[in-house]
Amino acid sequence: MAIVPPASPMQTNREDVVAVVAPPLEVPKRLRFVTRALLTLWSNRKARAGLVILGFFILVAIFAPWLAPHSPTATSFRPYQNPNAVNWLGTTGNGQDVLSQMIYGTRVSLLVGLGAGLLATCLALIIGLVAGFRPGVVDDVLSFSTNLALVLPGLPLMIVIAAYLRSNSMWMILLVIGFTGWATGARVMRSQTATLRTRDFVTAATFSGQRLFRIVFREILPNMISLAAASFFGAATAAVIAAASLEFLGLGNPNTVSWGSILYWAENDNALLTGQWVLVFVPGLAIVLLALSFILINFGIDALSNPRLRER
Amino acid sequence: MIGLRYFARKGAMFLLTLWAAVTLNFIIPRLMPGSPVQATLARLAAGGQTVTEATKRAIEIQLGLPHSSLWTQYLDYLVNISRLRFGMTYSITDESVAHAILAAAPWTLVLVGTSTVIAFVVGTLLGVYAGWRRQTRVDSVVTVSSTFFSAFPPFFLGLLLLYFLGFKYHMFPLTGGYTPGLVPQLTLSFLGNAVYHSILPAVTLVVTSLAGWVLGMRNNMINTLGEDYVLFAEANGLRNRTIALLYVARNALLPNVTGFGLALGAVIGGSVLVESIFGYPGIGSLLLLAVDNRDYPLMQAIFLLITVSMLVTIFLVDLLYGLLDPRVREA
Amino acid sequence: MILLEAKGVNVVYQPGRGERIWAVRDVSLSLEEGEFVGVVGESGCGKSTLGFALTQMLQPPAFLESGVIEFRGVDIAGLRGEGLRHQRRRGFAVVLQSGMNALNPVRTIHHQIGDVLQAHKLGGEHWSKDAVHDRGVELLGMVGLDSSVLGRFPHELSGGMRQRAAIALALALEPELIVFDEPTTALDVIVQAALMEMIKELQRARGFTALLISHDMSVVLDATDRAIVMYAGRIVEDQGSMQMVQGGRHHPYTEALFRCYADPRADDVVLQDIPGSPPDLSLPDSSCAFAPRCTIAEGRCWHERPLLAEVGSGGAIACHLRGSSEESAMEGRQGGA
Repeated sequence: MAIVPPASPMQTNREDVVAVVAPPLEVPKRLRFVTRALLTLWSNRKARAGLVILGFFILVAIFAPWLAPHSPTATSFRPYQNPNAVNWLGTTGNGQDVLSQMIYGTRVSLLVGLGAGLLATCLALIIGLVAGFRPGVVDDVLSFSTNLALVLPGLPLMIVIAAYLRSNSMWMILLVIGFTGWATGARVMRSQTATLRTRDFVTAATFSGQRLFRIVFREILPNMISLAAASFFGAATAAVIAAASLEFLGLGNPNTVSWGSILYWAENDNALLTGQWVLVFVPGLAIVLLALSFILINFGIDALSNPRLRER
Repeated sequence: MIGLRYFARKGAMFLLTLWAAVTLNFIIPRLMPGSPVQATLARLAAGGQTVTEATKRAIEIQLGLPHSSLWTQYLDYLVNISRLRFGMTYSITDESVAHAILAAAPWTLVLVGTSTVIAFVVGTLLGVYAGWRRQTRVDSVVTVSSTFFSAFPPFFLGLLLLYFLGFKYHMFPLTGGYTPGLVPQLTLSFLGNAVYHSILPAVTLVVTSLAGWVLGMRNNMINTLGEDYVLFAEANGLRNRTIALLYVARNALLPNVTGFGLALGAVIGGSVLVESIFGYPGIGSLLLLAVDNRDYPLMQAIFLLITVSMLVTIFLVDLLYGLLDPRVREA
Repeated sequence: MILLEAKGVNVVYQPGRGERIWAVRDVSLSLEEGEFVGVVGESGCGKSTLGFALTQMLQPPAFLESGVIEFRGVDIAGLRGEGLRHQRRRGFAVVLQSGMNALNPVRTIHHQIGDVLQAHKLGGEHWSKDAVHDRGVELLGMVGLDSSVLGRFPHELSGGMRQRAAIALALALEPELIVFDEPTTALDVIVQAALMEMIKELQRARGFTALLISHDMSVVLDATDRAIVMYAGRIVEDQGSMQMVQGGRHHPYTEALFRCYADPRADDVVLQDIPGSPPDLSLPDSSCAFAPRCTIAEGRCWHERPLLAEVGSGGAIACHLRGSSEESAMEGRQGGA
């Protein structure tokens, strides 16, 4: 049972949720399934709010070149300006337009958040599936590693690893976060797989001589979708916050245009003490909103898989 | 009855995890691309620092020499850390790693310890209340604000508090663990000064970790409310307070206690950032100082310390859990 | 003396967005003091919901849509909170289906009995630890449990023992009515039989009124004085258990239920299931709800809902063919032959 970083509070109960196994799904057309899942999420008030915020950020990221009034890297303005008619959010110490940096920075934050979340979830899914399906030594070793990874302090570990690596590009940060964030999900997936493995329909498939690979993909995976989705958004929440933290500490590449690096430069230039609070407030709020959207979507997924949590 | 087996199993698990963590700490630097030893020595020489034997030895212990076998390095490493010999730090002149850590540790221990306990107690109580009175106005206020704050990176909340309460309204000091010039000592006036300085960092840590406890406990409460023993207690006409506390909350607490160790990891992570923002003289600031200076021995030792203290805390919480849940004692 | 009288009870399940389900429909019944009554029916027929409604235990999304429930002449349907709580002492108790999970896993039986006693102490009463212990030993003795059980946690007891302990907790209220909701379902056959024996003896010795809810016709007929058969939320038959066993006129559904259980002493056993499935309870019933599965249904059964009507020997049946008048019953028999 996991009280996970405050970033993903809904995971606290994931193991209770495990008991409520989603009804076996027929294998529908993939697109129809995605549409239906989105529609069901949409019907939950909190998830709807989360989807709207996330959708907004995705649109901003896609249309950044059209939306941004200036180049995010051009140092063509007077530095340390407060918000004005030309630079709506002011300029940085290097004379860059903050609004344009915010708009382009959306791409990095989204990519790191979603990418690291996806990487962590894939790792969690693989490790959880294997451990759950191979009781005995394999399970023991994997479960021990999972528990070990779970008790290693996440951010200090990331800081140490990032400090060893020389070039901390956005991709490196993504990999570090992804490779350190799989444990929570893996533990939940393992217990879910172990439960499913003994279910009648899986036993039936095994006895009818289906290959393991097919059983996992046809019988087990469809029943792990809500769990994997919840795990994904949980990991993505943690990733957004961790990436911002690492960049804020200067462990990313400070020349990448991202919300975290705006904060890093703001802290470096003592922006708060020079009255340029916009430089801290705006990127910080954007990070909060993005993390919040993932958390809200997760509320919806939780309510779907655990009827007791459903709102009346 | 006391279930020695449970405690023995937890103890064995603790030792195994401890060994694995210590070994991992040995492996991580050796997995990294390039040779940190050469890089460090080169950097030190370039910085005009004299590379003393002790410094060199510290680097070798932590990072390994290319020409000795990995096995010898490992044994050396184990012997050295068991004697708490971590060598010299080169972030602070003439200071051993052990001393630097010893000076910083109490600050973090008090800050993180107090914040965690406060957040756990207050968060759990709020969660109990919100879960028991679910679907009321109080519940929605508590749930919505917890959700909102759980999305806050600790450093952002720290910066906001620093700006508004420290810089704008001068209610709290901007930086440090105590007013510069004071000598750290165990007098009432110094302790008062230190507490005053630690209020903002502590509030930051409490608020950002509180949310997880509130939402987790509320969830557990709602799940437990659906249990048959709660229904049966209602059928038997037990008092509301008895049902809420001894039947629902008492059982809902168990998963939260299990999660304590993991939450602690988040608080420690958060404290690194918070200490850096508030210039708080603890382990987190020391870690970042080490990172800035590429002071690998200090960095590795701090990481080891954080990991081990987490493992110890989780072990203690596991023992406490054994006392709280009669079912695991024999299991 | 009538202990409990229910009139026109309707229970509705209202899930968030889904359709309303009318789980119990216009049920009226009365329980005499000291009577042992059984309620039988398939799962989903509303029998447990009825039991919960009678003891004010309905949990959302279920609620009492309309109806009067009088316990010793007091209408308890409108009672909430403390008022309801006070009615539970020397009032009505419930023993749940999953008695296994009805005990708080982190409190000893001693503490849980103490909780019940403390909750209902009257002015000036004081339950010291010793007093709770003595009363606990007494209660456990009634259900055939050793006093050593008092200091144990629920997980240290077997399923049958847990259910007995749950009954002991219910008895701590000194109830006049106990509703047993499928008390033996989760247990194995031998434990089931022993527990039913104990419930019967307990009821005879202590004289409380008992309502046994079960899907098992043989268990009900063996234990009770009177059996009520429910189908699709309504009572379709209400007769003395002896009359039930002895044959005579029955609702076609009751007969179908009889055919589902074998007499272990019979030479050949032909077990039959009831073809078809119960109706959708979100729809209103303007005809006989059993007609689609009934072997003797005829024209009237499809348009008009039969009312529960007295037949000879004090019973009542809701069937156009087997109910009210002798002629229609005869016709029915010919029609079915």
